[in-house]
Amino acid sequence: MLSQAEKAMSRMETITPPRPQVAVSASATRAASGQVKVHAKDVSVYYGDKQALFDVSLDMPEKSVTALIGPSGCGKSTFLRSINRMNDTIPGCRVTGRIAIDGDDINDRSVDATLLRAQVGMVFQKPNPFPKSIYDNVAYGVRLHGLASGKKELDQIVESSLHKAGLWDEVKDRLAAPGMSLSGGQQQRLVIARAIAVSPEIILMDEPCSALDPIATAKIEELIDELKANYCIIIVTHSMAQAARVSQQTAFFHMGKLVEAGATEQIFTNPRDTRTQDYITGRFG
Amino acid sequence: MTEHTVRSFSQDLEELQGDLARMGGLAEDMLSDAIQAIATRDLVLAETVVARDPQVDALQVEAEKKILRLLALRQPLARDLRQTISALKIAAELERIGDLAKSIAKRVKLVDSIEAPSALKGVARMGKLVTAQLKRVLDAYSALETDAANRVWSRDEEVDEHYQTLFREVVTYMIEDPRTISACAHLLFVAKNLERIGDHCTNIAEEVHFLVTGEQLPTDRPKVDALNSQ
Repeated sequence: MLSQAEKAMSRMETITPPRPQVAVSASATRAASGQVKVHAKDVSVYYGDKQALFDVSLDMPEKSVTALIGPSGCGKSTFLRSINRMNDTIPGCRVTGRIAIDGDDINDRSVDATLLRAQVGMVFQKPNPFPKSIYDNVAYGVRLHGLASGKKELDQIVESSLHKAGLWDEVKDRLAAPGMSLSGGQQQRLVIARAIAVSPEIILMDEPCSALDPIATAKIEELIDELKANYCIIIVTHSMAQAARVSQQTAFFHMGKLVEAGATEQIFTNPRDTRTQDYITGRFG
Repeated sequence: MTEHTVRSFSQDLEELQGDLARMGGLAEDMLSDAIQAIATRDLVLAETVVARDPQVDALQVEAEKKILRLLALRQPLARDLRQTISALKIAAELERIGDLAKSIAKRVKLVDSIEAPSALKGVARMGKLVTAQLKRVLDAYSALETDAANRVWSRDEEVDEHYQTLFREVVTYMIEDPRTISACAHLLFVAKNLERIGDHCTNIAEEVHFLVTGEQLPTDRPKVDALNSQ
């Protein structure tokens, strides 16, 4: 029976070598700060006959954090997974509507989903480092996509990614140690370093701190605060307090619908919809 | 105290304290200028005090916005929570002190006709004491020192005594020369404003004590006034 890590690795192994063109053409010109990075319009998702998302429209700005909140089963993770087409891997899953990154439709036939998933990194609830060394964890995607011209450049990318993830000082003397020898919080930062190493423009996070203690959580939140200067970050969290702390925009989902989205400060001090107010004040029946 | 792991949280708290420090500085200056204006009958100086009050009000509005945001988005706990709530209350106290200083400044021309040097001196002395109280309590707030705050709190008795003395003196003056009644009434209001500022200082002292210790000072502060004496 393969472990989680080995399964993750084997999924990566089946990916074909990269093609010369980029996944979505506009990555050459990054959107200016404040502009829309990810645009979703009337997005619906079906698992077989069951509809999980109903006509969701939401703009997610670049260089900022958008939080998706709502009760279990409300569709927020489904929506998140649509942005890097992870739903493609689920049999019977169908996505309608338009999702665009920098104006380009990600579901267009010409888009290479593999490259898309490098451009749109993802961090999961349970840290999933590969069963490899710390160095090789970070270097893996870089090697796979041919992003470094030699060992020296690879070393630089690995070091820079670990720095940006706030992990370098803790691991610089033991890069050959197994990724899985790190603590939960460190593993999560390693996973973030791995995602950053392939120069994504967008980072998706699905409850990244649920498995972590308060100190590790605070360190990840500080990291998110720093990363938002350069990335569009979209985070699903079942902790409203976390959404309040880390995000600039919050979207509230309920029963597959987007109920309300707005500036985080406004959502948490003066939401427009009573359903939002009920949810965040704990008055949900 | 160590910094928050999430640095922007520490920054938020620092910015809030910055607003309060500015309010405190403005209130102190307004008060000492208002008292000087009364003592030296300086109408021009009085005008500047009145003109400064909107700045204090604007800072209070800004501080409240920050506080609302802090409470909603950071969920402060323990000392951070007490600090945020105290800031809310102290901002309100400082805004009132600003208003009272403005009110004193507005009466400079109305007490202009008073010839009794001793009454005016009495107001100046009381003003000096209250100005010192305000400075001491704001220093205590900034340094988070409960002993200093407690001293301000107990010394308010002295402010009350000044007020009582001044009240009797001005009333005597009114009896002696009824033509002075109108101007003297305004002087009494000035004295009363000073006494109220003294009370606001003790409120700030109570907030500092609560912020640092998490406990309230006893409700019966030593008081001296005609209402309390038997």
